[in-house]
Amino acid sequence: MKTILEVNNVSKKYSLSVINPAYQTLSGSMTIFFRGGKSNEREFWALNDVSFEVKEGDTLGIIGRNGAGKTTLLKIISRITSPTSGRITGKGKVTSLLEVGTGFHLELTGRENIYMNGSILGLKKKEIDAKLEEIVEFSGVEEFIDNPLKFYSSGMQLRLAFSIGAHLEPEILAIDEVLAVGDSLFQQKCIEKMTSIVKSGRTILFVSHNMQALKTICNKAIVLDAGKKVFDGTAEAAVDFYNTEHRLQGQIINLLDLPRGKYAGELIFRELRFTTPAFQYGEDISFSVLLKIVNPSARKDNVIFGANLVDRFGNNIYHISNILTNQPFIHNSDNDEYQFSIKSNLRPGQYRLTLCLTVNDVVQDFFTELINFTVEEGNPYGFSKTGFIQGMVFPGFEIQKT
Amino acid sequence: MNSKDNTFVIDANSRTPLNLKEIWEFRELLYFFAWRDIKVKYKQTFLGVTWAFIQPFLMMVILNIFFGSMLHFPSDQLPYSVFAFTGLIIWNIFSSGTINSSNSMLTNAVIIKKNYFPRIILPLAAVIVSLFDFLVSFILFGGLLIWFRVLPDFFRFIAFFPLAVIIALITTVGTGVIIGAMSIRFRDFRIVMPFLIQLLLFITPVIYPISAISNKTLYYVLSLNPMAGAISLARAAITHNPVDWRIIAISGGMAVFIFILGMLIFKRNETLISDLA
Repeated sequence: MKTILEVNNVSKKYSLSVINPAYQTLSGSMTIFFRGGKSNEREFWALNDVSFEVKEGDTLGIIGRNGAGKTTLLKIISRITSPTSGRITGKGKVTSLLEVGTGFHLELTGRENIYMNGSILGLKKKEIDAKLEEIVEFSGVEEFIDNPLKFYSSGMQLRLAFSIGAHLEPEILAIDEVLAVGDSLFQQKCIEKMTSIVKSGRTILFVSHNMQALKTICNKAIVLDAGKKVFDGTAEAAVDFYNTEHRLQGQIINLLDLPRGKYAGELIFRELRFTTPAFQYGEDISFSVLLKIVNPSARKDNVIFGANLVDRFGNNIYHISNILTNQPFIHNSDNDEYQFSIKSNLRPGQYRLTLCLTVNDVVQDFFTELINFTVEEGNPYGFSKTGFIQGMVFPGFEIQKT
Repeated sequence: MNSKDNTFVIDANSRTPLNLKEIWEFRELLYFFAWRDIKVKYKQTFLGVTWAFIQPFLMMVILNIFFGSMLHFPSDQLPYSVFAFTGLIIWNIFSSGTINSSNSMLTNAVIIKKNYFPRIILPLAAVIVSLFDFLVSFILFGGLLIWFRVLPDFFRFIAFFPLAVIIALITTVGTGVIIGAMSIRFRDFRIVMPFLIQLLLFITPVIYPISAISNKTLYYVLSLNPMAGAISLARAAITHNPVDWRIIAISGGMAVFIFILGMLIFKRNETLISDLA
């Protein structure tokens, strides 16, 4: 197989000037200029020396946490943004589908929007003419195709949008997490369509958090972490790597020195302590969290925590937060400890924890599915073969003859 | 889809020059953006595209009452209405074209962040929309000429009028992309632009003829404004007056200068657009 895309030592730096809105007004940039220029400029490497190659007909999955640089990578390959250093060579046309329905205008009809959106996605008018009927049929909105988009339900708009995306035929197609749209029936249709695109020999770059879809669709995958490539191999191996090696485990986890996304960062997570190395079945999932004040002058009232428990397929099982119970905290000193305790009926297995910290509605720190923990074998029914029981949680139940 | 041999290279260290071939490849997208903006602009309006000439027409009527009938402004031997209308439709290419093309990057930010195409297409499409409005009002312009029995020399008209429009278009594209690129960095331009355009109207010979300026130095300084040359030339196209080619040359030269400057500034900032928009 010939190499169709070669990515060599690509890096992308964002400076704070890009992120900080103060630079986007004249007075803001003047203030910064007179204060001595780059005094408070902070650099952020979204991608750091990433290299890989893709052979013709390969479907490459790109895996990583939020902020790991997946979307930036796709944007660089499809030329939406330019790399700070490095070089990419490729053959043929690259089309990116980072979002469906960009350029949709509510005043235009469905048909007109197909032309507009298709054209933005790089299709020629002739190609759209040829595929129009197929696109309309796939979307299932035939009846309304000549009505303005504003009369469509959001579901119909989404279906139309995806239908256009599904009918792209470039040599290299870069897709970002767009399967997560629509009702499940339509989603199924989309996955089938994707699989048929894969079988037609097209080269695809696929970013997803849905490990199941990723394993089905991709044959190879790379794992990104904080802008660096940390794994390159088969999709199967990459998913395993991502699910296990790559997460933090243990009873006491240091969160201070981890790479972070673009969050305010005035108050951040310092440490997480599980009460036990592994939870027994049915035991409360309990852990405590310690914080670190980075900016002493920032507000520290109205502290809100959010935590998600996610299973290894990426399904969100529990979401807890003190905002739900309307109990905001005031963080007085870094000695304060916050104790979490969740009543659990999780089935045995590996789970991940997402942690979020906001102060006064501003996100300060965020770790997505970073921390692994285990619920040990067992079930509440005294049944001998736990593996036999289906379902994501084991509820208490009664079945009686009356 | 036979572009299998099309090798592409993305290199952080090489600056790509203005790629005319690529713009040509994306000409359909240019057409669709312009088509969308025209369609959306007039869709669901009761009067539709007639708005394109109602605006300069009403402006003309008002100007005629005050400057023509009451103040007796000189008007290059033309009826004041025709004189003002000629100036207004050429001026409108510039005023609406500049405002729209400088806003085009921000109004289409969502598309820019998620898709690749030569960014220059957006301001160009915005100027095409202004050109469309101009062509619609040109029909009324023809009607006015007949109504006031202004009979231009055919060859003179064919030679001068399109040249005037071209000078106006080049200026508009140049200014539009400069302000467009700047407004990505500083949103201030969004606010200040309509105001600036209004100021510019008074130093451009729209309601008075440039020939009315008796101070020679001021006369040439004013013709540094490319729109002064464009409007004077458009008026010369429908009269039999001699043309002062010096001011047309100065204006035309400035138009080309602004255009090239605009392309350079835009090219320098192009890579920033998707990060900042």
